[in-house]
This record gives sequence, structure tokens and C-alpha cells, in this order.
Amino acid sequence: MTLITDPNIPDPDGFYSELIAAHDGLSDDDSAALNARLILILANQIGNRAVLSAAIRAVQCPATGDTK
Amino acid sequence: MLDDRYSLAFRLYPYERSADQDAATPVRRPVVVMGGGPIGVATALDLGLQGIPVVVLDDHEGIGMGSRAICFAKRTLEIADRYGCAAPMLDKGVVWNVGKVFHDDRQIYDFNLLPEDGHKFPAFINLQQPYFEKFIVERVRQAQAEGAPIELRGKNRVDRVEVRDDHVVLQITTPEGPYTLEAEWLIGCDGASSPLRGMLGLDFEGRVFQDSFLIADIRMLNANFPTERWFWFEPWFKSGASTLLHKQPDDVWRIDFQIGWGVDRKEELKEENIRKRIDAMLGKVEYEIVWSSIYTFQCRRMKQFRHGRVIFAGDAAHQVSPFGARGANSGIQDVDNLGWKLGLVVQGKAPDTLLDSYHQERAYGADENILNSTRATDFITPKSRMSHIFRNAVLDLAEQFAFARPLVNSGRLSVPCTYDGLSLTGEDALIGGPARTRPGSPCPDAPMGEAFLLGQLGGGFTLLTLDADAPEELGDDGIPVTRLALYGADLTDAIRARYLGAATSAVYLIRPDQHVVARWNTYDQAATVAALRKSCGKDAA
Ligand SMILES: Cc1cc2nc3c(=O)[nH]c(=O)nc-3n(C[C@H](O)[C@H](O)[C@H](O)COP(=O)(O)OP(=O)(O)OC[C@H]3O[C@@H](n4cnc5c(N)ncnc54)[C@H](O)[C@@H]3O)c2cc1C
Repeated sequence: MTLITDPNIPDPDGFYSELIAAHDGLSDDDSAALNARLILILANQIGNRAVLSAAIRAVQCPATGDTK
Repeated sequence: MLDDRYSLAFRLYPYERSADQDAATPVRRPVVVMGGGPIGVATALDLGLQGIPVVVLDDHEGIGMGSRAICFAKRTLEIADRYGCAAPMLDKGVVWNVGKVFHDDRQIYDFNLLPEDGHKFPAFINLQQPYFEKFIVERVRQAQAEGAPIELRGKNRVDRVEVRDDHVVLQITTPEGPYTLEAEWLIGCDGASSPLRGMLGLDFEGRVFQDSFLIADIRMLNANFPTERWFWFEPWFKSGASTLLHKQPDDVWRIDFQIGWGVDRKEELKEENIRKRIDAMLGKVEYEIVWSSIYTFQCRRMKQFRHGRVIFAGDAAHQVSPFGARGANSGIQDVDNLGWKLGLVVQGKAPDTLLDSYHQERAYGADENILNSTRATDFITPKSRMSHIFRNAVLDLAEQFAFARPLVNSGRLSVPCTYDGLSLTGEDALIGGPARTRPGSPCPDAPMGEAFLLGQLGGGFTLLTLDADAPEELGDDGIPVTRLALYGADLTDAIRARYLGAATSAVYLIRPDQHVVARWNTYDQAATVAALRKSCGKDAA
């Protein structure tokens, strides 16, 4: 399994608005905590160490597009 | 007493005294339309072409200055084509397909609308709203000359209405004084701030967005930009929190700056201040400012579009933010939906409950439009810190990672909705039929020899048969259904893909507004008549 960087989310607008709505009314700290919990549960869903490492590298420097 | 609230781009229906003003007792008209914007005039055209007498009352003598709407969608052009006024729109309009999205000083991606082949009309044209309206009025003039019973009355302001069980009484002010007119049906097309809604004490609820946009339409004098839609999030030139640049006919470009809430409108609209923003953006180019304005926006709709003998359409019934160009485009779909239903009811061929389906279908459409334009607005103008962080994260990723691009939302452009599962929609009995033409869908166009399919559908109900036998003429209770029979060689690849799918034959019952009622593999008389009756609001089968 490799990191998927092509579109893979059905109903992207619906997903995005649900994600933003989950933060409605939260303080910045509470929002950051919610994001952390969300990342952890999604990481567990992915369950592949190499893919998780590639994802971390990809977002550290998004302008390069580097996942290696 | 009857002062203009805005200046006119085209004075097309100057005040003329009507005999109704001299009548001893108020004259009763079958249909009166309040408001002569694009939606009101198109409503009159639809009804007039069916031979139904209709009077439009507008408090001005023509079309307002200022462009407002610029993007008109394919579905709007198809409807205008049915009315006979799409050709001048297409001639004058600018066709565009490419869009570019920027963040700060980086282009993060571009897109091509990649219009599907085999349609008479492009996905979009850009055209100043006053031209759009003018072409509809010109078509009304032509139809009048051919005998269509349409009247446009300028400087006729509706000041009061009384709603009775079977008619509405209107008090109207003209430059020569007041008069009273009665209407069996009153169609409220009086715009977003609808005085009619106020007179009837009706709600108009939804979300107000705390942001404002400065529009400048400029004519370039010595520069040229491509015919593309350019959208900046947080542009480096800092003229707005977001900025849109889009071409219109006559070398005019629309620029839209997001300038925040609580701005000093008078100050911002001073030419020198508008020029500061434009110069920062475009550098050394010469231009003149053709029109400018500041707007704020709402996403809201009436709870009910029909109130007995009063029916609302266009901005009076629903309002969306401009992102996605869903305002006028959805209003024209209202007209397309209402026209044939009201026509049948006025002619006594269908029960007036058919008009309840107008509310059901168009409120469904309005909700879809509001959802899409609310989402675009939330992306363009994030409401909270976290929403802003996510928005910029999407933009940061979108340049290198394709997955993030579908999340970038600078407006999901207007497409018509499918009336899935609503009360007029019939059965889907076509085994193997494509999903895009399921009952409730607007018929997609397709080439037919030198011509196109939608142009063959006419103004009434159609039975479209593909490699299937059926009677030439059928109908029920005085409502005719005309057959359009396609066999063998008529079935181009596009028609097969869009209407047959895996099936080898098909029969479609299609409404006057070109939405599919029901479909089958072969013709079945009883099923067809049942579907026709259902789609005319009779026996809820
Ligand atoms: C900045 C901006 C950009 C937009 N861009 C787009 C776009 O790209 N695509 C799109 O599809 N839509 C767009 N829209 C929306 C579009 O302009 C509207 O949806 C459209 O004008 C609605 O038409 P209407 O006929 O319902 O109402 P209006 O055009 O508002 O017409 C209402 C008419 O009723 C008349 N009236 C009012 N009160 C009375 C009275 N008491 N008696 C008689 N007459 C009366 C008014 O004078 C007016 O002529 C945009 C809007 C804005 C503000």
C-alpha cells in the first residue's frame, strides 16, 4: 500500500462541511484537541506504518510534494 | 411618488395608459406577474407562448443598470431555446471553460470544465444581466407581434394586495394615478426584497453572511486577459480577502473583491478607492470603470412558495450567495417548472393541486442550491479560526496533491436538480437504463443528425421511443402527448449512452419542462397513461 494522493473521498463537499461543523463553537484548544483525536483514529484506520510515515513527510513540506 | 429606485440600462417598456385604468369595475385577468426582472418576464413569455393572457407589472420602465448576474448555465440556455431567445444570448455571450485558482502568489491549479460533446449549448456563457433580460423582452415583443397575449406595463407599482379564495385584488400606482386590477393568479417575481412577501406577512428565513463584496466591472483600454475564470484566495496584492476576475462581452471584466464586514460603503465606492484596489491587482493597465457596487448576501428561502392564489418565483422565493451562479439560473428553472403547470390549471386541464408540486420541486431545488452556495461561501469566507486553518491547509496541499483539489471550493457551478422521489415523478422500469436519465432528471441534450434532441421535444408532453413501437398520438383528458420516434440509425452514440445504457429499446415519458416522468423498456398504454395522470397531479398513483 502506498500513500494515496489522488482524490479518494466520495462527496468531498459534504465531508468538508461535516468536518468544519464538528468544530462549531469550540475554543482553539478544544479544536486542536479534536483534530488530534481525529488524526489518531484515522491513523488507526490506515494501520500501515509505511503509509503513515509517508503522510507525515508529505504534510511537513507540502510545497515540494515529497512523500519519500 | 413613483421615483425610480435605480437607473435603467434599457428603457424597454415605457409607461402607457391601459384600458384597465378606465374600467368602471376592476378588470379580472387570468394571470398577473408582479415584477419585470428576468424571472417575471420569462414567466410571461412561457405563459404567453401557451396562449394564456398574462400582464406583467413593474415599477420601472425597463431593465436596471449594472450587471449583477454574469454566468448563465447550459440549462438556462436550453430553456431559453425552448422560448426562442437563446440564439442572441449565445451570440453575444462569452464562452469559457478554463479556470485558475491562486493562493497568495501561487497558482495552485487550473481546471477545464471539459464540456461533454454532443450538446447544443456550452456549459456556461458570461453575459451581462441587462443583455440577458433584453433578449427575453425582445422575444416577448416578437411573440406579441405573433399574437401572444402578453402585456408589459412599466411604471405600474403594486402597493397593496388582498388575497381572496379565487382571486387577488391589486392596488396599483401609475404616473397617472392609482387603479385596481384583479388576478385569478398572482405570480410574485418582485426580487429578493419582495414587497409582496411583506404585504402578505410571509417569512424569508436563512443565513446572513457577515461579509461584503465590492464589484467593479471595468473596460480594458489597452490590455487583454484570457477568457478564463481567475480566483484568488488571500491574493498577494491584498485588494481583498479573495478576488475574482472574469470576462464579459464588450471587453468588460468583472472583478469581485471580498472586502469584509462593516465597511464604509460610501468611502469604498469612491472611484479613487476602487482604483487603488484594481491598480494593486492589475498593475499598469488602462481601464474605465463601467459599474461598481457593494453587495452582501444571504442564503434563505420562503417556507412555502405557493400561498393559495399567490405563487412566488425567482429571488422573491429564494436567495443564494453569488458563488456558483445559482440565482438567475435557478429562477429560470422555476419559470420552466411553473409555466406548464399553471398553463394546465388555467385551462382547466389539471387540478390546482398540481401547483403544490411547483413548491415541492422548486423548494427542493432551492435547498440544493442553498446548500451548495453556503458551502462555497463558508470555504471562501471561513467563519472561524479553525475553519480558516483547514481552508488554508487544503490550499497548501492542493498544488502538489491532487486529492485536495476537489475540496477547494470557489463556487460549484449551477446544474439543474433531479426530482428524485417527488410526487410527480413516476416509475423507473427501464432495465439497464443510465442513471443520468432516471425519472426526475432533466433530459440531457444529444446530437440528432444536424439538429439536437432537446430542440425536438416541443412545448408539451413527449413520448420518446428508442427502437420501440408506440401509437403516434396519445393523451388523456385533453392533454396530448406527442411521440418522438427514433429508430436504428437515428440512435447516435450519444443518444445510446445517455438514454439506452445497457437496454436495447426504451420509452420515455417527458414533461413539457424536459424532465423525465417515467421510463420503460417497451410501450405500455396503461402505464403511460397512469404516469401522465400522476405528473399532472391527478390520482396520486
Ligand atoms: C453581485 C451579483 C452577482 C450575481 N451573479 C449571478 C450569476 O452569475 N448567475 C446567476 O444566475 N445569478 C446571479 N446573481 C443573481 C441574479 O442577479 C438574480 O437571481 C436575478 O436578478 C433574480 O431575478 P428576479 O427577476 O427574481 O428579481 P429581480 O431581478 O430583482 O427583479 C425584480 C423586479 O421586480 C420589480 N419590483 C419590485 N417591487 C415592485 C412592485 N412593488 N411593483 C412592481 N414591480 C416591483 C423590480 O423593480 C424588479 O424589476 C447575482 C446577483 C448579484 C447581486
